[in-house]
Amino acid sequence: MARIDLVDLAHSYGGDTYALKPMTMTWRQGGAYALLGPSGCGKTTLLNIISGIVTPSHGKVLFDGKDITNATTRERNIAQVFQFPVIYDTMTVGENLAFPLKNRGLARDVIGKRVKEIAELLDLTPFLDRKAVRLSPDAKQKISLGRGLVRSDVAAVLFDEPLTVIDPHLKWELRSKLKALHQALDLTMIYVTHDQTEALTFADTVVVMHDGAVVQSGTPEELFAKPAHTFVGYFIGSPGMNIVPAEVKGNEAKIDGHTIKLNRTYDSLPVGAKIEIGVRPEFVEVAPPAPGLLSANIERIDDLGRVRFARVRIGDVKFAAKVPNGFLVPDNTAGLVFDPAHIHVYADSLLVEGRA
Amino acid sequence: MDKTINNKAWFLVLPVFLIVAFSAILPLMTVVNYSVQDTFGNNKFFWNGVGWFSELLDLSTDLGARFLASLGRNLLFSAIILAIEVPLGILVALSMPREGWRVAACLVILALPLLIPWNVVGTIWQIFGRPDIGLMGYTLNKMGLDYNYVSNSFDAWCTIIVMDVWHWTSLVALLCYAGLKSIPDAYYQAAQIDGASRWAVFTAIQLPKMKRVLLIAVLLRFMDSFMIYTEPFVVTGGGPGNSTTFVSIELVKIALGQFDLGKAAALSIVYNLVILIVCWVFYTVMTNADNERAQPVGGA
Repeated sequence: MARIDLVDLAHSYGGDTYALKPMTMTWRQGGAYALLGPSGCGKTTLLNIISGIVTPSHGKVLFDGKDITNATTRERNIAQVFQFPVIYDTMTVGENLAFPLKNRGLARDVIGKRVKEIAELLDLTPFLDRKAVRLSPDAKQKISLGRGLVRSDVAAVLFDEPLTVIDPHLKWELRSKLKALHQALDLTMIYVTHDQTEALTFADTVVVMHDGAVVQSGTPEELFAKPAHTFVGYFIGSPGMNIVPAEVKGNEAKIDGHTIKLNRTYDSLPVGAKIEIGVRPEFVEVAPPAPGLLSANIERIDDLGRVRFARVRIGDVKFAAKVPNGFLVPDNTAGLVFDPAHIHVYADSLLVEGRA
Repeated sequence: MDKTINNKAWFLVLPVFLIVAFSAILPLMTVVNYSVQDTFGNNKFFWNGVGWFSELLDLSTDLGARFLASLGRNLLFSAIILAIEVPLGILVALSMPREGWRVAACLVILALPLLIPWNVVGTIWQIFGRPDIGLMGYTLNKMGLDYNYVSNSFDAWCTIIVMDVWHWTSLVALLCYAGLKSIPDAYYQAAQIDGASRWAVFTAIQLPKMKRVLLIAVLLRFMDSFMIYTEPFVVTGGGPGNSTTFVSIELVKIALGQFDLGKAAALSIVYNLVILIVCWVFYTVMTNADNERAQPVGGA
């Protein structure tokens, strides 16, 4: 069990491009983290650096303050669950679970006891004497996890999109199991995924990555309510946040010639930066066109069951807005009502905190 | 379901049937025909029943002694070359590079011996091993070893075995390499995390993943070595004495040398049966291995 610190860490697979841009961050002991981002954003590289499969080209990795940047995977006591279940074909489930302990030369009765405990924890007890190849993918994935947990000194458990090959109806179950295990064992867990639902339901801290850099790390609520980067706004939530170019002056924003009141005052916006405002569709409502409202062309209505979202267009910009219950949507144009408390201002994609 | 019966369809099968009959069924039946008859020349044949077959399996007769001795040699030969080529092929595959231009270079070099015709391989080694002008034979003799594959049976065996290893280890290596390449990196990474030693990685991951290609390799090598004819024929001609006379060489001697068609026919049928049985055993083993993989059970 360990706290993990990344100090000035960066990685390049060669050439001038960074798969991982310089970053410094701390993963606290016992935390449940999700590393969220689209394919190719560097999240797997980061995971592999922590587990020791990849050695970073710059910076240091510390486990509880000890520099382990050049330590082998084996020395780090990391457990990792891969995208596709890794099991040893010729072995039974029990032998699979015992494998890491056997490699470390533990006494047989100690191994047996530990394997029983872990099998019990993962509901694998009935299958202990079965050949592992014959089990279903979710059971195999549990075995992969079990091989990590069976070591009592494991520093952290890393998951690399572990639910990819699992049937949808079992995903939920397995994810709850992981959550329960996390609470029971007080382990640091880092879960890589590109699926926001997985990330938001699993983790207490979601770390969003974009283009080799961490753009925000926070609780699911923070990511939703206050995205620190336009990418977070757009990537999290469905539909994502509306990002619209605007002119912001003081406590007013001008979109398409229309002025919207803001709750905060923005005096010192960087000069020459691209200024945008971001607002989640949940905080914009469509209303009948009226002189005081920003007017938009309605393109279509998405009915998601509990809520309806109107897909509209302001000038050239696509926009989504909530349709109030019972509201009869006009044919082509509608007015938009903004909730000023949830409008954020971004300069060059980064959140700008206004003055209250 | 209603089936339309149209007997005209049989005509469509006719060409294939004719070709197969002409190329396989008729020759095979001719062999069966010969195997139950004897002749004293003049194209006159007499019914001999299972006479040849019982003689073939009886060590006290000349035919039986020759057949069983050559069969023994064949089995010994196959066992030796399998014992060498399979571990050696695995070793070569394991030490091959996994990426880069070296992969292509290794593959080409490995494939070279496989592309050489059998009789050329025989000729190469026949000359290579000659004590007077052959590079290997001459060098060995100069080093003080009394090596002569023409007069010494042990030397003849060594030459043929080394030749076969040279010719065919590549096949095993290439098949194993294909098996190794199909193992995802995650397996090696997981093994690293589990603290597995090099040997544990081999026994727990690589060997099981290579199992299927290895079975194919063993089957192919067994069949080929069990039917071997050209190479030893070119190198040693079956000698010295009968020491490298394998079943196929014996068969040709009886059929074309002595023109004992009945004996030769009986021998080839038994030879064929041995091969069929071995094939069946392998097939059963392999399909069983497949079934083991099917049907995942429970475990949510």
